[in-house]
Amino acid sequence: MLDSALIALANITSGVHLLYLIGGVFLGLAVGIFPGLGGIVGLSLLLPFLYGMDPTSALAMLIGLVVVIPTSDTFTSVLMGIPGSSASQATVLDGFPLAKRGEAARALGAAFSASLFGGLLGALILTVFVLVARPVILLFGSAELFMLTVLGLSMVGVMAGSSIVKGLAACGIGLLIGGIGGAPATGEYRMIFDLDYLTDGVPLVVVGLGIFAIPEIVDLLRQNRSIAGGATLGKGWLDGLRDTIRNKWLCVRCAGIGSMVGALPGLGGSVVDWIAYGHVVQTAKDKSQFGKGDIRGVLAPESANNAKEGGGLIPTLLFGVPGSGSMAVFLGGMVLIGLEPGPSMVEDNLDITYTIIWSLALANVIGAGTCLLISKHVAKLTTIRYTLMAPFMIMVICFGAFQATRDLGDLVALFAIGLLGILMKRFGWPRPALLIGFVLSGQMETYLYQALQFYEWSFLTRPGVIIIGLLTLGSVALGAIYGQRGTDEEQTRRAPNRRPQVLFAGFLLLGFAYGLYDAFQQSYLGGVYTGAVSAVMLLLCGCVLYGLTLAPATAPANHDEELGAEPGSREERLGLGHYIYWLAGLLVAIFAIGYLLALTAFFLVFLRVKGGISWARTALLTACGIGFLVFLAHIMVLDFPRGLLQEAVSLPWPIG
Amino acid sequence: MKSTKVQIGRRIALATIGVAALGFAGLTATPSLAVDMSGKRIEWIIPFKEGGGSDTWARFYAPQISGNLPGEPVIAVKNIPGGGSTKGANQFQSRAKPNGLTILGTSGSTQFPYLLGDRRVRYEYKDWRVVLATPTGGVVYVNPELGVTSADDIGKLKEVDLRYGSQGATSLDLIPLLAFEKLGLSVKAVFGMKGRGAGRLAFERGETNIDYQTSSGYLKKVTPLVEGGKAVPIMSWGALDEQGNLVRDPTFPDLPHFAEVYETVHGEAPSGEWFDAWKAFFTAGFAAQKMVFLPKDTPDDVLQAWRDAAAKTIAAPGFKEESQSVLGTYPQKVGPDAELLLETAIDVDPKAKEWVRTWLTETYNVKF
Repeated sequence: MLDSALIALANITSGVHLLYLIGGVFLGLAVGIFPGLGGIVGLSLLLPFLYGMDPTSALAMLIGLVVVIPTSDTFTSVLMGIPGSSASQATVLDGFPLAKRGEAARALGAAFSASLFGGLLGALILTVFVLVARPVILLFGSAELFMLTVLGLSMVGVMAGSSIVKGLAACGIGLLIGGIGGAPATGEYRMIFDLDYLTDGVPLVVVGLGIFAIPEIVDLLRQNRSIAGGATLGKGWLDGLRDTIRNKWLCVRCAGIGSMVGALPGLGGSVVDWIAYGHVVQTAKDKSQFGKGDIRGVLAPESANNAKEGGGLIPTLLFGVPGSGSMAVFLGGMVLIGLEPGPSMVEDNLDITYTIIWSLALANVIGAGTCLLISKHVAKLTTIRYTLMAPFMIMVICFGAFQATRDLGDLVALFAIGLLGILMKRFGWPRPALLIGFVLSGQMETYLYQALQFYEWSFLTRPGVIIIGLLTLGSVALGAIYGQRGTDEEQTRRAPNRRPQVLFAGFLLLGFAYGLYDAFQQSYLGGVYTGAVSAVMLLLCGCVLYGLTLAPATAPANHDEELGAEPGSREERLGLGHYIYWLAGLLVAIFAIGYLLALTAFFLVFLRVKGGISWARTALLTACGIGFLVFLAHIMVLDFPRGLLQEAVSLPWPIG
Repeated sequence: MKSTKVQIGRRIALATIGVAALGFAGLTATPSLAVDMSGKRIEWIIPFKEGGGSDTWARFYAPQISGNLPGEPVIAVKNIPGGGSTKGANQFQSRAKPNGLTILGTSGSTQFPYLLGDRRVRYEYKDWRVVLATPTGGVVYVNPELGVTSADDIGKLKEVDLRYGSQGATSLDLIPLLAFEKLGLSVKAVFGMKGRGAGRLAFERGETNIDYQTSSGYLKKVTPLVEGGKAVPIMSWGALDEQGNLVRDPTFPDLPHFAEVYETVHGEAPSGEWFDAWKAFFTAGFAAQKMVFLPKDTPDDVLQAWRDAAAKTIAAPGFKEESQSVLGTYPQKVGPDAELLLETAIDVDPKAKEWVRTWLTETYNVKF
């Protein structure tokens, strides 16, 4: 082992290795900064060059790239409320409110120092853990993995806000959306409305961007100001650094959670940040500021998500079973450069494993360090008038969304989920709860079904299941003892006219009713999960409807953001529908003339009409945006979604 | 007014010349004219995500074939995942031009929906022209705690409850599921596995006790288990010889193939509709697992250029050693050999197809 460690040390300190590592890190930072373009895109940019490259250098580049994605995606999460990738969804909850208060630099400073710390600690844990990981991972069977999804779901409790019923129902929406597509037990298609697109289910990227990014963009546009709202950027990134040091034990715990959960194949990395976030809320004594800009809400997911990448390497290296999408590409890259994962990675090839783990630590230092240094400057983005930024953001999230399956359906789904997100935001249905439900839905169903097949109900008596069950109960109890959060000021959102809310809740009720109807069209194993979810949710939705109609207006279910607009303000004048129509217009245009032409037109019209800038500047900004998009599409060998025009006439790439 | 007329007239004249020139070019495009692709970018459609087996396979081949094509064009892999690989294949069918600049890489997961008549399939293998086929095989292994040491003990397996982790009855797992049933084993299929890797993990955890892996997966990841006494191989699926007969897999010459084991169990060689179906799906899923196609109406000279390039690539010195980690140890098939494989895989007797569909519906509740 010592030999391997020494060889690995010599490897990572060699100049060539370092150079390629830095190259990978910078490529990763550049890609990761765009929301929706996660590790998969970055790696696929790199893949064409891998074959024939010297293995050590290729490996260094691969690692540099994978590791820093959850670092640089923090920028958009904090600055714009747009989750950069599934790893930073929880960061949005407190990071973005901080940015809106003008404390973007502090939030970024805290996020990156926590990333750095988490990544280093994760690498340290892995150095030891990798030696004993094989048997440990084999202890986690379908039953234990199912219980872990339950633990993840229990985090909904702390995200629920003032109305727990609404929180649970929101989670149910996520569970049901997650049930769209082929049933794991039978392969039957559920709730696909005869659309080929839905047979694979709705992609996570689309749900994440739709539920968080679209409502935020619409909201910021209506306020027609910069994100920081004229607040001075004041407090700098050094404060963030101090926050990390002050909360070092929190970061230690979250890094531990990150590397362990990340190491479990099958659970995937996308819940790690939520578990870490849930953990910090549950253990905090003062919960009043969570969701409004508590710095601990940034530290927890960020220290966990970098540790997670390291954890994800374990099943990839030891079993050849990738834990996440980016790890799958990483695995493909390894095979291309002639490295074969398997048990030998902790035996004959231990030096390679250590080289990988420590390169990971090194890449973390370089990546997070770079981000820390530039965060002061990037934070200035929050002072730009949002109307000028919006087209770029819309362009990027559309691009990120249709990266998911490269289908026009991705954009339609993005718009539909975005609409759902806007309404949920308005009526106070917690969106994180939906996302948690969605992320865990498929895994929960699969593992429950498998556990029942393998062990029948006796799976509940397995030691691992009992331990995780107690952990779940403990964490829920801990959260309950310290009490609920944030009820005081929400009183102001109690609406006298509750009709819009009733309509929305009624619409959700119909959705669940359809879920139940659809479940009855399937075989027992194909429909039992979505049917059960729908039935329970119908009850909960009924409770919400009761709270909205028969109960007094002071009931916690009553919530309408639209009452917050001051009379005569711009928000008041521009109805909620205004920018939805703009987005719908873009969607219709894409259907007609294809993505690229429609987006060009959207840029021109939007910047001119809404931005009110000169034609020359409009043209310049449009050219920059579109040029960048075409460049990216060319190297990624990508066709843009086509419209009716392209179906009728053959046009040259990129517009064809 | 007059000038407009003149202009129109000129346009018509130009167009006529253009059409004539095109026609002429078409007429003279005989094989004698060398195909030249220099400066072009070829798009290799892979109907799967980045990083999977098919993607890695294409990315391994792309630079090598590129160097052997006339004019050394760049080959870029274009991933179009979705619909269980039907989406990329549909796009190739409807959009690819027969100029040799767009090719498609398919896998067993593309062949199966086609054979089963999946509602999402709008492609037709018979339209396409095959360039190259990459075969593979598969090995079945069981938990040694079942008291089995080789295929001779298969009788012992009949008395125990076996569990198999599967990706779905219409996936490549159709081959093992049908084989197990016909061997008279009582195997409970537990679905929802995310891939063969996840299935192997369930086996290692002891949740399942019978499993199979494709050849390369078996060699790299199960052999250590066999050496450690944690798995016992009992049979391979076999391989096809030049005439298309099922023979022992050359990679695993010591293991009996499925038909041999069937004979041990039943005292007679397998035959009938079900076996025709099994063999066809075996060919589509293993013996011709991955294939490279040119679109419909591709001219012969372009096809020939591609086949030559593929043949040169696999004949290159050192190719066999270099390719082992990605392609396994099976000889790659080009030209007529590949065509024969394709024919075996695609030309399935409608009765056999119908048999499989009925079997899937009755046994696994699959709706078509």
